[in-house]
Amino acid sequence: MSTGINNKIVIIGMGCTKFGERWDASGEDLIVEAFRECLADAGIEKKDIQTAYLGTHYDEMNLGKSAIPMAVILKLPFIPVTRTENFCATATEAFRGACYAVASGAYDIALALGVEKLKDTGFSGLPNAGTYGIMDFAIGANWTAPGQFAQLATAYSAKYGLPMHKIKQALAHISAKSHKNGAMNPRAHLRQVVTEEQIIAAPMIAYPLGLFDCCGVSDGAAAAIVTTPEIAKSIKRNKDFVMVKSLQIACTSGEESLYTNWDGAHIETATRASLKAYEEAGVKNPRKEISLIEIHDCFSITEFVSYEDLHMSERGKAYYDVMDGFYDLDGELPCQVDGGLKCFGHPIGASGLRMIYALYEQILERVPKERRVKNAHLGLAHNLGGLPNYSVASIAIIGRD
Amino acid sequence: MLGICSYGGYIPWYRLKRKDISEAMGWINPAVITQAKGEKAIANFDEDTITMAVAAGIDCLEGIERYRIQGVYFASTSPPYKERLNAGIISAALALNDPIRAADFGGALKAGTTALLSALEGVESKRINPIIVSSSDCRLGKPGSIQEMIFGDAAVALLVGDQDVIAEFKGSYSTTYDFVDHYRGGFAKYDRQWEDRWVRDMGYETLIPEVVKGLLEKSQLKISDFSKIIYPCHYEAERKKLNKILNISPKMEQNNLLAEIGDVGTAHPLIMLVNALEEAKPGDKIMVVSFGNGCDALYFEITGNIENKRGKKGISEYLAQKKYLDKYGKYLIWREIMPGELGLRSEVDQWPRWSLNWRKRKAILGLWGSKCKTCGTVQYPPQNICVNPDCRGDSEMEDFLFSDKKGHIVSYTGDNLAASYHPPAIYGSVEFNMGGRFMFDFTDCDLDMLSVGMPVTMSFRRKYYDPKRDVVNYFWKARPMKRGER
Repeated sequence: MSTGINNKIVIIGMGCTKFGERWDASGEDLIVEAFRECLADAGIEKKDIQTAYLGTHYDEMNLGKSAIPMAVILKLPFIPVTRTENFCATATEAFRGACYAVASGAYDIALALGVEKLKDTGFSGLPNAGTYGIMDFAIGANWTAPGQFAQLATAYSAKYGLPMHKIKQALAHISAKSHKNGAMNPRAHLRQVVTEEQIIAAPMIAYPLGLFDCCGVSDGAAAAIVTTPEIAKSIKRNKDFVMVKSLQIACTSGEESLYTNWDGAHIETATRASLKAYEEAGVKNPRKEISLIEIHDCFSITEFVSYEDLHMSERGKAYYDVMDGFYDLDGELPCQVDGGLKCFGHPIGASGLRMIYALYEQILERVPKERRVKNAHLGLAHNLGGLPNYSVASIAIIGRD
Repeated sequence: MLGICSYGGYIPWYRLKRKDISEAMGWINPAVITQAKGEKAIANFDEDTITMAVAAGIDCLEGIERYRIQGVYFASTSPPYKERLNAGIISAALALNDPIRAADFGGALKAGTTALLSALEGVESKRINPIIVSSSDCRLGKPGSIQEMIFGDAAVALLVGDQDVIAEFKGSYSTTYDFVDHYRGGFAKYDRQWEDRWVRDMGYETLIPEVVKGLLEKSQLKISDFSKIIYPCHYEAERKKLNKILNISPKMEQNNLLAEIGDVGTAHPLIMLVNALEEAKPGDKIMVVSFGNGCDALYFEITGNIENKRGKKGISEYLAQKKYLDKYGKYLIWREIMPGELGLRSEVDQWPRWSLNWRKRKAILGLWGSKCKTCGTVQYPPQNICVNPDCRGDSEMEDFLFSDKKGHIVSYTGDNLAASYHPPAIYGSVEFNMGGRFMFDFTDCDLDMLSVGMPVTMSFRRKYYDPKRDVVNYFWKARPMKRGER
């Protein structure tokens, strides 16, 4: 009988680079930067790490394939190192690998590190990822990520009869909130405060999404070291721990893209993965029990529908929660307290661990007062890989011991 | 009875006003002002002679069982491929049988009627029957040339057979001369022409009367026996002169569509023929003449079956659906006359793997999906295991054709980030009315005319062009249906 991951794993150390257009750094530099902070935070030595997981998405222009690059860069001494890739859920997959390696009893201490170097493409947005392999070029639409996610808005508007200008208004509030939070964070990529008026007036990227509805395309890395509660207590005596409460992944079965039962106005994988996560973590009422969330806000509309997918807002009602400030920093359920993908940035293979880092530093009360969430004891990180109709969703819930 | 059993037409959505060309290019050749009347039909950036021929073929084959077709002939002087059977791509797109006779006709502008004659003779031989003949052209004139003003893009398709004949084939007469009024060398992009006066006097005025007289004598008929005499000639004054020489009364004259479409080369006499068929009555005799390195003249007599073929898109419906291209510059970019900056994103290499294209040929060119034999769910692209969550069975699948199915928009966007010859790139999720869903590029539409639930029909288009390897790849796009469109 499976018992899940709840309370079996402690995060004893984390690290996260400054995200941004890191013209100064290649993938290997970002890995070292995140790793140094993570190792120091964990209070262990490199030789204590028994296994490692590397998450990275675009191998062609980044580090290359396989996990070998990280083993070589960090000079890990012939230990098992595995690379994970699952679109934007890549880093959460690395974290999951490390947690399960320890929880299985096979290893005591494991490292998870996610990294992405995106700013060597020469153009805005993400490179085409060949989502369906070569057939994507043969039969796939001439799409980009903003265009795929923008369609959530046209379908949502049609389904709930919410006029597009009202959706735009809510999306502007979402992005303005993230800019406000990100502006306070020295490690965030985009640090300017932007008004809702500016957001609505910005150039259109993919209807109805404008420039400020899209997250930053950034370079960065984040890392975590995990172990068992017993070992954690021996390493860090009389310290607060952050425990893993749930790790869930749901992959589409193809229904949303090929069958006819999906409304196009929500993400089915996140809807399902979050329910499993609440069950694993013993959360009955997520809207009340969770203290802060990091949503995969690759686009403002993704954050908007995710409020409903995560069972925080009722279906069709996210607009009202957004406009009420429910998810603002001083609201009842603060969201994107570090700036989110929107402003902290979105290096694909690092984002999942960056979100966990944002929760971790809040739970340990390591952030300055102006952006601290009161009584942050239980946090949820949500990643969405792929496209709305072809997705993998990951949920990580972590909390105070 | 031998003859034409069905017809179809296609005119692209975009029209370029000749005045706009003249205003942009008249400075280099003031003579173009003489042609600055009316408009010309121009293929969208994702269209070429193959895609237009497929569109006309779909119109032609509506209501006809496609497995019956035994031949597919294609005539054009501007086919996308010099080596790779263009008719073979058309055959796959029309979801025709694998055991089929297919051939490309080209070279001269009379190739359209020559293909039609060959099809008639093929059916007559009782070895290939029926045969679909399609013709289209998309010729380029140099910017600032008279040809640029005149040439238009369109397509036509005719089904030739011996059942349910609507226009009985009664006879033909052909001539062939190496009369070089215009030509294009093997590597030339643009058409080159000799002096107009010579082309008019020694070309049209000599060769057309010769072939018309030849056919009249051979069939022992008078010109007045015909209700329509169709011949291509873009010179307005010369048409008047020819009508006089041949005794063609105004009633017998068929609109040459120069002001509406332009000169469509090989397809032109056949487009005029289809336009005539749309209004023809049983008993009408129609003569159609082509011109280009000689002439073909064919004559048909309309049967009572013509009444069963009303209500096709033909030429008339497409004439009514149009959008004016707002910028002459777009035409230059779309035809790769002028280079344009599509951004670094456009430079990502997308090249076909022929072995994969072969393996997936039915899904890519034919838009064939699969149908679950257990639960009946249809799905695209073809799946091994059923996508229906109540089934998910690993059962047998059978082929299911989506290209002739209508659908509606589930979600859509206009994407300014995607590299496109006509930004924003418009695409979205389409659900077919019989089931099945896929994300398609949209074509021939503007973002502001779209809404969720809007009906769409499928259109065979150029998917992308690989300039490095000179490969055009084709796939299907969703075309939002116009108001009032059936």
